[in-house]
Amino acid sequence: MADKGFEIEGLVRKFGRTTAVDGVSLAAHRGQVLGLLGPNGAGKTTVIRVLATLLRPDAGRVRVAGIDALRDPAGVRRRIAFSGQHTSVDEELTGRSNLVMIGRLLDRGRQDARRRAGELLSRFGLDEAADRPVSTYSGGMRRRLDLAVGLVGRPEVVFLDEPSAGLDPGKRDELWRMVRELAQDGVTVLLTTQYLKEADALADEITVIDHGRLIASGVPADLKRQAGGHTVVLRPADAGDLDAAAAVVARVTGREPSRSHRHGLVAPVAGEAEFFHIAARLRELGIDVGEFAFRLPSLDEVFLRLTGATATGHVAEEAA
Amino acid sequence: MTTPRTRTAGPRPLATLRHSLVLARRSLGKTTRNPGPVVNGVVTPALFMILFLYLFGRPVAGSTAQYAQYLFPGILVMGAGLAGMVSTGTAINLDLRNGVTDRFRSLPISRTAPLLGSVLADVLRYLIAVVILFAIGTLLGFHAEGGAPAALGAAGLAILFGFCLSWLTVLIGVLVRSAEAVTAFSFIAFLPLQLGSSLTGPTDTLPGWLRAWADINPVTHAMDACRALLNGTPEAGSVGRTLLWSAVLFATCCPLAVRAYGRQE
Repeated sequence: MADKGFEIEGLVRKFGRTTAVDGVSLAAHRGQVLGLLGPNGAGKTTVIRVLATLLRPDAGRVRVAGIDALRDPAGVRRRIAFSGQHTSVDEELTGRSNLVMIGRLLDRGRQDARRRAGELLSRFGLDEAADRPVSTYSGGMRRRLDLAVGLVGRPEVVFLDEPSAGLDPGKRDELWRMVRELAQDGVTVLLTTQYLKEADALADEITVIDHGRLIASGVPADLKRQAGGHTVVLRPADAGDLDAAAAVVARVTGREPSRSHRHGLVAPVAGEAEFFHIAARLRELGIDVGEFAFRLPSLDEVFLRLTGATATGHVAEEAA
Repeated sequence: MTTPRTRTAGPRPLATLRHSLVLARRSLGKTTRNPGPVVNGVVTPALFMILFLYLFGRPVAGSTAQYAQYLFPGILVMGAGLAGMVSTGTAINLDLRNGVTDRFRSLPISRTAPLLGSVLADVLRYLIAVVILFAIGTLLGFHAEGGAPAALGAAGLAILFGFCLSWLTVLIGVLVRSAEAVTAFSFIAFLPLQLGSSLTGPTDTLPGWLRAWADINPVTHAMDACRALLNGTPEAGSVGRTLLWSAVLFATCCPLAVRAYGRQE
């Protein structure tokens, strides 16, 4: 691997008799945000813990920032930051002391550690709360501090395990902005999430896993295409052409389109070819269109299709 | 982003010590906000001292002054072990339950450092406990026949022994599931270790089964050694046995605890 991202290949990890991760491969290049998406118990945390050298795999290759994580875990630890599901800051210390302590553990001098702590406190909007014990912080402030603590050592790769868990939507947006800034600075980010919206908003690429296996991966648009379920939406410019247009759609797709009040005609299509076929027929017949769209399914639909019934619960919850 | 420095992997003893001191400071910072463990390490032995002194002083030794000379060295050993005994195991356990340990494990520091840091903080807590206990002992009529060097020697031995005993609680803290269970375990260990010893009287006055335990109990040897030192009659035997037990406790519990802590689960 030429750049400073990460790469795993054929990762297998068992806990007793259960196989938490069964042959997952994924990779990200420098500055990329990769979203690891899956329902509870899919194996996301196991994957991220293996990458962060907290867990040894039973099989597979793991490289992080160009270093073999199995041969030189210490080398990897020098280049990464990991934030677990529980915030990993010390509740009893102040925000500043947490940052200074990590700086000292990373072999910064006392002055240098304090300076870096000050920088990060400002960057994460924690100046005012800097000298209060973390136990008095709100959930959002804690998450921000957690992220700041991870950045003390200027990591090349950052692993975030469900970073927005327990945050209200406003705080989530704030966290997303910070993650995007990281990527702009050239930091590679892997984040796990159960939320499609989060993966879609943040990730350049999404990998979906379920029951320890990789189900799909790609940029969000590809995923949507992969899962199928495209529709064509057609509203003739002249309402009088509606029946003629419906006949065209029915002939090409082989089924009668549904008539919706807002869009006119909506029908599932097998792929782009059918869409262009419809377009060509409309032109031949001289039917002008007011709206004519090839629509990918929403990520929610994709996710449901990919992970099956297991995902229903939390997708509904997220949509609410 | 460039990598500022590339160090070769492997243990770096000096760095480990430096990291341990940073983490010891963290642990001591908690003590200033929550002085419970030190208070516990002083109040419990002081209470035992007062109770035993006035309960047994006259019937056992003829006078409380006489008994203070016998009792105090044992109380000192108890104090040195107790100030960290419960707190270290509990603190490490709490760190493991929340995400702090994951953070430490994902840093390029030795996995010994967090544990050693905690135990080093204990040593300072023992030192405080020992100083206060000396003051209380003196108020209650104890005086070191052996003089200042003997007192320093006894305090040093008690603290060394406490340091090694701490690793037992660290091991419990790493292995046991919840902080409550750590407290329960440590307390159950505390009673037979500290009281099933030569604390209140020579072991040859005890019934056979209890004597058998008290004679092998490392705490007995530490108490005997401190007693002999403080009373100006140092015995190589009990000091040697205390050092040997300290070494055994350290050499077994420390590697086991570090291994369990570093295990990638």
